[in-house]
Amino acid sequence: MEIDPFIFRLSIFILSIFIGYYVVWSVTPSLHTPLMSVTNAISSVIIVGAIIAALAGVSDSIFSTSSIFGFIAIVLAAVNIFGGFLVTQRMLQMYKKKKDKNK
Amino acid sequence: MISANLSAIFYLVSGILFILALRGLSSPDTSRQGNYFGIVGMIIAIVVTFLSIGNFSASLVYVIIFLTIGGAIGGFIAFRIPMTAMPELVAGFHSLVGLAAVFVAIAAFLNPEAFNLGNVGNIKLASLIEMSIGAAVGAITFSGSIIAFLKLRGIMSGAPITFSGQHIVNLLLGIGIFVLIFYLCKTQSSNIFWTVIVISFLVGVLLIIPIGGADMPVVISMLNSYSGWAAAGIGFTLENTALIITGALVGSSGAILSYIMCKAMNRSFISVILGGFGAESSSDDKKEKKDQKPVKSGNAEDAAFLMKNASSVIIVPGYGMAVAQAQHALREMVDKLKKNDIKVTYAIHPVAGRMPGHMNVLLAEANVPYDEVFELEDINNDFANSDVAFVIGANDVTNPIAKTDPKSPIFGMPVLDVEKCKSVLFVKRSLSPGYAGVDNELFYKDNTLMLFADAKKMTEDIVKNLD
Repeated sequence: MEIDPFIFRLSIFILSIFIGYYVVWSVTPSLHTPLMSVTNAISSVIIVGAIIAALAGVSDSIFSTSSIFGFIAIVLAAVNIFGGFLVTQRMLQMYKKKKDKNK
Repeated sequence: MISANLSAIFYLVSGILFILALRGLSSPDTSRQGNYFGIVGMIIAIVVTFLSIGNFSASLVYVIIFLTIGGAIGGFIAFRIPMTAMPELVAGFHSLVGLAAVFVAIAAFLNPEAFNLGNVGNIKLASLIEMSIGAAVGAITFSGSIIAFLKLRGIMSGAPITFSGQHIVNLLLGIGIFVLIFYLCKTQSSNIFWTVIVISFLVGVLLIIPIGGADMPVVISMLNSYSGWAAAGIGFTLENTALIITGALVGSSGAILSYIMCKAMNRSFISVILGGFGAESSSDDKKEKKDQKPVKSGNAEDAAFLMKNASSVIIVPGYGMAVAQAQHALREMVDKLKKNDIKVTYAIHPVAGRMPGHMNVLLAEANVPYDEVFELEDINNDFANSDVAFVIGANDVTNPIAKTDPKSPIFGMPVLDVEKCKSVLFVKRSLSPGYAGVDNELFYKDNTLMLFADAKKMTEDIVKNLD
């Protein structure tokens, strides 16, 4: 009997939880805020689903009910992607060692 | 158009890049590189999606327009937001992830053919379960984050809102969602699908309103976790590896942060979720005691004198510093002290502020080098050997009662041993208790000098007096 592909996806999921567990424990506490903003940004990879939904409305017209939901989701996820990565970058820029600051 | 196998491999690559993005955060030196990995991962995922659909018709133009609109809004927010507003921003971003998950699930439900999930009215069973779980968790994340956002922004009171039977209502609604999903699978009825989403929105609201302001670090982490699980649910529906990996990473990241925050408050996750902390107003007897105890209060001149004659000073910042935006003034004060060869370090409690790492970001914004900033366990022994502790805007996290009084609600919470310092300077607007509603013993110690003022104004006055 063949293994259902769902099982493979489940395996990826479970293993990723373990990776996440070990990787996140090694994040230094002073970077916990950037951690939250960057996880925010990467979870917006959900935009992939939004794009598929938005481009699927072609058969009858560009804007069907389902593709409109897709388009709105694209905007929401895009706010998050750009906002999340940029704000993380802005924060991380501040975490630089300043050696010559002891005037 | 590229094959499904090839795009699956690219999605795996972007998943790995996301892992590296988080991995980079293990040290400030590698963190910026990590962020670039994340950005590259995202670009790969988006480009591969375009290529795998291979549909370069008019609708693609709209996709790019909407992408640009969203990106412009996001970029604008990212550059304009002040660092003190970071907790609200993160809560707001969580709500967007949640809502996006809901919308993608709705789109998949309305047009399953586009996602290879079957036909309307005959969606594959597994997909239906996955998308309804994704939609439900997404909806909870959305409405919960909105409430958290309103509370953090101060639009809604930070005080817990409770009513009798709250937990039973939540429980029933939670069970209701599962029952409805079960019937959804049997009937494929769209009405049930909408009902699941509406109830989930309601659960999100009910889940967050009873949680008080001081528990916000846990709430934000928890919502972070939820947004991850919602993304993973959608990832299963879309059979997309990048989304599954990311969802799992974000989900476990948020869960770990919630755990760290709970531990730092010595509270169980369940008790935070059930909420109502700080709601009990049994403070009458405490108030009487407070009136009797003498408090030494001083002014900026006294504080400046004390610090000038010290050889080592430890700064303990808290939420009050964020509210008063005192971090830059503080940095100025520390510069002056350092010029006098006084050793200055910062001690940060894990739950200081309104989100994990909140204080660190503010200090970094004020150009404080990160190697002068220490976590609780790394610095706690140093208080005994230091001359002055300068507590600015922190309260509960310094309360020695957490170590001595088993009856206190904060008993057992790890606190900074501020009272062991030779002298303590406590900047605070009044003697009112902190969010836990507990009177701070530290106010009445012989070696404590209270500085009653706004944190920023007091710090600026001290700076003037240090000349």
